[in-house]
Amino acid sequence: MKMTGTQAFMQCLEEENVQTIFGFPGGAVIDLYDTIFQQDKIHHVLVRHEQAAVHAADAYARVSGQVGVALVTSGPGATNAVTGIATAYLDSIPIVVFSGQVPTALIGNDAFQEVDIVGITRPCTKHNYLVKDIKDLVPTIREAFHVARTGRPGPVLIDLPKDVMAAIIDFPAKTPVKMRTYRPTYAPHPGQIEKACKAILAGKRPVLYIGGGVILGNAHEQLTEFAYKLGIPVTMTLMGLGGFPGTDSLSLGMLGMHGTYFANMAVAKSDVLIAVGARFDDRVTGRVDAFAPDATIIHIDIDPTSISKNVEVDIPIVAGCKEAMEQMNKWLDASSFDLETEKAKLGPWHDQIKEWKTKYPLGYVEETDVIKPQFVIQKLHELTQGEAIITTEVGQHQMWAAQFYHFNHPRTLITSGGLGTMGYGLPAAIGAQMAAPGRTVIDVAGDGSLQMNIQELATAMQERLPVKIALLNNNYLGMVRQWQELFYDKRYSATPMEIQPDFVKVAEAYGAVGLRATKPSEVEPVIKEALATNTLVLMDFVISREEGVFPMVPAGKATTDMLLV
Amino acid sequence: MKHTISVLLQNKPGVLSRVTGLFSGRGFNIESLSVAEVLEPGVSCLTLVTSGDDGIVEQITKQLHKLIDVIKVTDITETDNVEREMVLIRVKAEATTRAEVLRIADIFRARVVDVSPRSYALEITGTRAKIKAVCELLKPIGIQEMVRTGIIAMTRASKKL
Repeated sequence: MKMTGTQAFMQCLEEENVQTIFGFPGGAVIDLYDTIFQQDKIHHVLVRHEQAAVHAADAYARVSGQVGVALVTSGPGATNAVTGIATAYLDSIPIVVFSGQVPTALIGNDAFQEVDIVGITRPCTKHNYLVKDIKDLVPTIREAFHVARTGRPGPVLIDLPKDVMAAIIDFPAKTPVKMRTYRPTYAPHPGQIEKACKAILAGKRPVLYIGGGVILGNAHEQLTEFAYKLGIPVTMTLMGLGGFPGTDSLSLGMLGMHGTYFANMAVAKSDVLIAVGARFDDRVTGRVDAFAPDATIIHIDIDPTSISKNVEVDIPIVAGCKEAMEQMNKWLDASSFDLETEKAKLGPWHDQIKEWKTKYPLGYVEETDVIKPQFVIQKLHELTQGEAIITTEVGQHQMWAAQFYHFNHPRTLITSGGLGTMGYGLPAAIGAQMAAPGRTVIDVAGDGSLQMNIQELATAMQERLPVKIALLNNNYLGMVRQWQELFYDKRYSATPMEIQPDFVKVAEAYGAVGLRATKPSEVEPVIKEALATNTLVLMDFVISREEGVFPMVPAGKATTDMLLV
Repeated sequence: MKHTISVLLQNKPGVLSRVTGLFSGRGFNIESLSVAEVLEPGVSCLTLVTSGDDGIVEQITKQLHKLIDVIKVTDITETDNVEREMVLIRVKAEATTRAEVLRIADIFRARVVDVSPRSYALEITGTRAKIKAVCELLKPIGIQEMVRTGIIAMTRASKKL
């Protein structure tokens, strides 16, 4: 069938089962928007800033497990999208971003709204393309989706010159994508699986250290089965939260800079550390030479470059997390080891962990006259039965959410881990709510971050999304302030937010509901009212101003050197 | 330690920038780089010389392999290989030194590719060690200009039947 490039574009999205795209129009994509206007199979969400379009597509992908799609125009539209792309890149999120481009004849001419976005995004995409010939359009889109979702997922950008999209083609029949140079490995090497299982069984103090790969690879069931089989304690990175039930007795919670005392101690004293879909980030390891110094390290990851990058690994397994855990479960079942006996051998290790848990549990100093942020998160957990999808901005509130919400399910914490992008949470809540219309979606926000994309209140209202925002408002850029308090003699340089809007009125100005709590007793009624309201609600919790996130491992210190107050 | 890495890649727009961007972005070091299309149309061979400890070189080869356009990465340092570089050198050749320059050229099997009343331009092909040796001998005479191709290399075929 003959059609224009823009029609072929829509047909490709349908082929990939895309239902929602997030975008913002402009001159270079006006033809595409004209085609979008004339169809009703794909829903377009109009954001108020291109960064938000990419964050929303990214969160849509995190919640649904499908590839998220964003569409932006050339020049500033494309550069605005870069932060969103880098956010998805650092967290390995499958998205495809389409950017408009000036006509091919003008490329390189410094034309109006021209920028070399393929050049700009080369280091922050998994791969990117400039389509210069209409006959390459459909194969490129098919390949882009394939690259984005397979192997270690990631963002892919396709730059679409205006004249290419207006050209006519015969839509080519669908054929499976075959790439000579890209074939990710999913199946683990059986010899490595055996080696790993034997090392684990020989250990007396094993710990599972799991990351975002468990969630991206849909490996949580296989991983949980494996942990239960041998009774191995599990600690999670920020990206791994929800990959194993946070309320389970085997859970050690999060590890690393703001991890629990018992998680960091358990890793430090472990003799076998099983890293699954995690990448030994500096926020996790602290001083590298003091990280699990006595442990045999097993590392399962689909990306070979993650292995032995920061910490030397003893038993590498390049494989999908799900496939590897499946094979390890099978190996254990088929082996002559009696798993109950093996489990019982870990008794002393569990006693030791229990002692650590009792000595320094995760907690905070409760107060009656001022709202503690941790208390708000606990109440959110209680009143949503732990079943909400939580998105976050970046900063203290993000860490409190990670520590106190006790995520039990994968794909329920939607947060910018690797890049740490302030302003992520609200657009992410929009994407999450689009992917899961019936679920409760709460953006746990800080007053600094929220203002980085607060214009997206309009997007949420336009889509009638009942997103909730739990604003932990301390009138500070709190995380930086905390570092200044601890390491810079309280010189609060540029962290007090002296002028702040009235957030309740801001919500109301957009036609949303704004609620405020200033006393602990008001927290529960405010949350209850918000949850019962079927529209966007911003809850402004005025919290204790100088509350810190603890425990804390100062940057560059060993993870056992924790500040505990 | 110096490593010579051979990379087979699809000759697509921007592919060289993906490779060099990877090196600059991750703080790896490139000492020389040479690239051209080879036997198969659309496929280029890139030879680069880099240095670093084993961990860094392992990361370099893995990261190169991760690039979507890269077909094959081989660290040929440890294998038995043939390695060559070509250099063009313009060396001062006054009446007193003209004969000496030609003698050195002869010893190293260099070719004179350009002649002027006060200089010779020599073309020399060889290993890094040979090129270094020639340069050291010509330096006292006076090297005016030098251009190098960067190293290209190939593993030796098996000698067994």
